[in-house]
Amino acid sequence: MRDVAVIGVGMNRWGELWEKSHRTIWTEAALEAIDDSGVDHVDAMYVGCMSGGLFMGQEHLGPLLAEQLGMGPIPATRVESACASGGLAFRQAYLAVASGAHDIVLATGLEKMTDVDGGAATYALSTAADQEYECYHGITFPGLYAMMATAHMHRYGTTREELAEVAAKNHAHGSLNPLAQFPMKVTAKQVMESVKVADPLRILDCSPITDGAAAVVVVPLDMAKKMGGPLVRVAASATATDTIALHDREDLCWIGSTARAAEEAYRQAGCGPDGLSFCEVHDCFTIAEVMVIEALGLFDRGQGGKGAASGATALGGRIPINPSGGLKSKGHPVGATGIAQIRETVMQLRGDCGDRQVKNAHRGLTQNMGGTGASSVVHILERA
Amino acid sequence: MIGSARYWREIPQRYRYEASKCTSCGKVFFPPRLVCSKCQGREFAQTVLAKTGTVETFTVIRVAPSGFGDEAPYAVGIVKLDDGVKITAQIVDCEPEELEVGTPVRLEFRRVQQDGESGVLCYGYKFVPRV
Amino acid sequence: MDVGIVGYGAYVPRHRIKVGEIAKVWGADAPAYEKGLMLREKSVPTPDQDTITMSVEAARHALERAGIDGSRVGAIYIGSESHPYAVKPSGTVVAEALGATPEIHCADFEFACKAGSEGMFVALSLVKAGQMDYALGIGADTSQGAPGDALEYSASAGAAAFVFGTKDIVAVCEHTYAFMTDTPDFWRREYQFYPRHAGRFTGEPAYFKHVLSCGRGLMERANMEPEDFQWAVFHQPNGKFPMRAAKELGFPKEKVEQGWLAPTLGNTYSGSSPMGLTAILDVAKPGDRIFMVSYGSGSGSDGFIWRVTDRIEAVRAMAPHTRAQLEDRPIYIDYGTYAKFRGKIRKLAD
Ligand SMILES: [Zn+2]
Repeated sequence: MRDVAVIGVGMNRWGELWEKSHRTIWTEAALEAIDDSGVDHVDAMYVGCMSGGLFMGQEHLGPLLAEQLGMGPIPATRVESACASGGLAFRQAYLAVASGAHDIVLATGLEKMTDVDGGAATYALSTAADQEYECYHGITFPGLYAMMATAHMHRYGTTREELAEVAAKNHAHGSLNPLAQFPMKVTAKQVMESVKVADPLRILDCSPITDGAAAVVVVPLDMAKKMGGPLVRVAASATATDTIALHDREDLCWIGSTARAAEEAYRQAGCGPDGLSFCEVHDCFTIAEVMVIEALGLFDRGQGGKGAASGATALGGRIPINPSGGLKSKGHPVGATGIAQIRETVMQLRGDCGDRQVKNAHRGLTQNMGGTGASSVVHILERA
Repeated sequence: MIGSARYWREIPQRYRYEASKCTSCGKVFFPPRLVCSKCQGREFAQTVLAKTGTVETFTVIRVAPSGFGDEAPYAVGIVKLDDGVKITAQIVDCEPEELEVGTPVRLEFRRVQQDGESGVLCYGYKFVPRV
Repeated sequence: MDVGIVGYGAYVPRHRIKVGEIAKVWGADAPAYEKGLMLREKSVPTPDQDTITMSVEAARHALERAGIDGSRVGAIYIGSESHPYAVKPSGTVVAEALGATPEIHCADFEFACKAGSEGMFVALSLVKAGQMDYALGIGADTSQGAPGDALEYSASAGAAAFVFGTKDIVAVCEHTYAFMTDTPDFWRREYQFYPRHAGRFTGEPAYFKHVLSCGRGLMERANMEPEDFQWAVFHQPNGKFPMRAAKELGFPKEKVEQGWLAPTLGNTYSGSSPMGLTAILDVAKPGDRIFMVSYGSGSGSDGFIWRVTDRIEAVRAMAPHTRAQLEDRPIYIDYGTYAKFRGKIRKLAD
């Protein structure tokens, strides 16, 4: 296997992009990544998209978007793993380059979520869970995570306030990110007084519905070295799965797929949680960040709630989590999220993040997950 | 929106709680499947879920998916049945405030959803608190 | 060969609305309704409860008491004026849920409030004819009363189910009788949401004529007097009518009260007198005789004489008692919630 580097990143301002079609949104991000990398062509591309069909009535995105980019005949593959589609698309691009199958590969993510109404969007997202034995009963995604929260609070004494602190922290980070969908700061009190969605979660515990895309260019490390510029190496790429239904898990308070993928990633990178400068994790709900930082080994089991509440996961803290603002503030166009995490990590390692720059960032981890953690993708990137 | 065939093929589980038990390791699957996830066994005996259990975790859905709006707010929980199998279903006939982890419940036959005003009515199980 | 009830069960939803709460909305005189019709509150089905779901629960209780597996039931007849489908049987869902398919006879019955007792009669008769070992007769309804109509104070929800057989009989059927004419006192046309009724015409020429004629005919056929019975149960469109019918037939209040569920249950239509019968079976002693007369608009009455056997003592506790369900943690709702539950609010179409 060849060492792989990320040499270009692109992302547009996320939000409710009423005036832009998915073609425009995606092409903007892709062009930015290509321009940033300095390459004049790509050999293949991957598109992470959860549900083109349900959100926009459009499948077959590989050829459609390749053609939009003016790179018509190249191999183009759509990758789907619910909200982890982007992370998995990056992994496919990584594997394609590492294996020698392709040299210059464009890894992208896309979701256009606002062309359908709220009910239809809720339904589309719910297809990441077991349709017959979870969704049949009227459960929603916030509801599934709320059940994880109830279990975590009951077993470990995690508090409502600790969850709210995650949202407050990520909005504070997002306020420093010019591309964030919701860059406003919120207080823990505001979170706890916001509209109830699925007890104990409230609207400010939830990531938003977002239109957006992101793209990165990956090449062999040797090629990147020849091209010059800042070098960011992919030190680890791992993914793991778990039961699709939350109720089939032994432990409702533990995201096993993330733990397993992280374990493998740490092995590949030759480092442990202590070796990380920061992480971009999948905070689709506040409780998700709490449980993910436990699964990544950054906090002891049951202690994830202390992360934001103690300041340890804020910029300047022991281990900054989601310096970009996370899904919570930056937005969560589901298929694009995993790629945006890579983009943020590359920019942090390059030292390009301005006010939200993590000091002395040398190694960052991304964690992207689908459903309630039925799939997880973990990458570790480092300055080469 | 659930089509007839898709609804119909799950009837043994939704109406009668039919499950399968791996003949080599004893793990119970609901719904039945072809391969045991614990021991990779492929032989199963038919069994039926226990009708009572306790709430393992729950939530109260305030923002409901389409088709469930009239029922909100409603509780959904993961219940650990007395045979150890965990399943997800609504918990009805109770105020959400009464619910807690450990609340004893039993299965009852209810209408779970319906395909609009003219489509098929979809039945199945919900939990009710038991005294 | 004796034929009779070998298992019985009832189902009562837990939600209730008080007559006063309905009267408040329409500016009606609540105390007058409560006193005049002897109604205090009624059961309300939640949106996830209907004739099918209540029939399943009542029938499961009946099978538990009968001590038989659903697969042994040879026929299932559900009487209701609120079958959830206009076309497609309720009985197929119930049979499937009971594990009674596929070797089973089934069709849904409709005869206003008499459909349940007619289902019982047919199920009983099939067993008596030797066509099958066991048959299930069910009366269930989630009846509707138009907003502001007198029926709104009484139309409620509940179900009763009976397994008929020849072995281990709980209550032997000693006699049956039926009395029917064409009397348009209450109806609901195709595609109409609410039923209509003919006001006071529903009383003398309809309910009382049929219930009293059926009751007298039944006693005549059996050559019995009210003194031969420990219990009596009648169709209960409200609390008042069955009490008056009982009095005119010569049954004292004490024999009627146990099965008189209407004051706190309301009118469960096809479930009404059958549910009253289950409440009586919950307390009757071996050897007791039960006098039962149903009524369905249109109009007709079915009469049954049941003799309770020793077996009752063994099966009573095997499923929840009817009055215990009626009194079990009622959940009171306001009219707004009731209107929402019963689909009385006009909303945006999907
Ligand atoms: Zn096994």
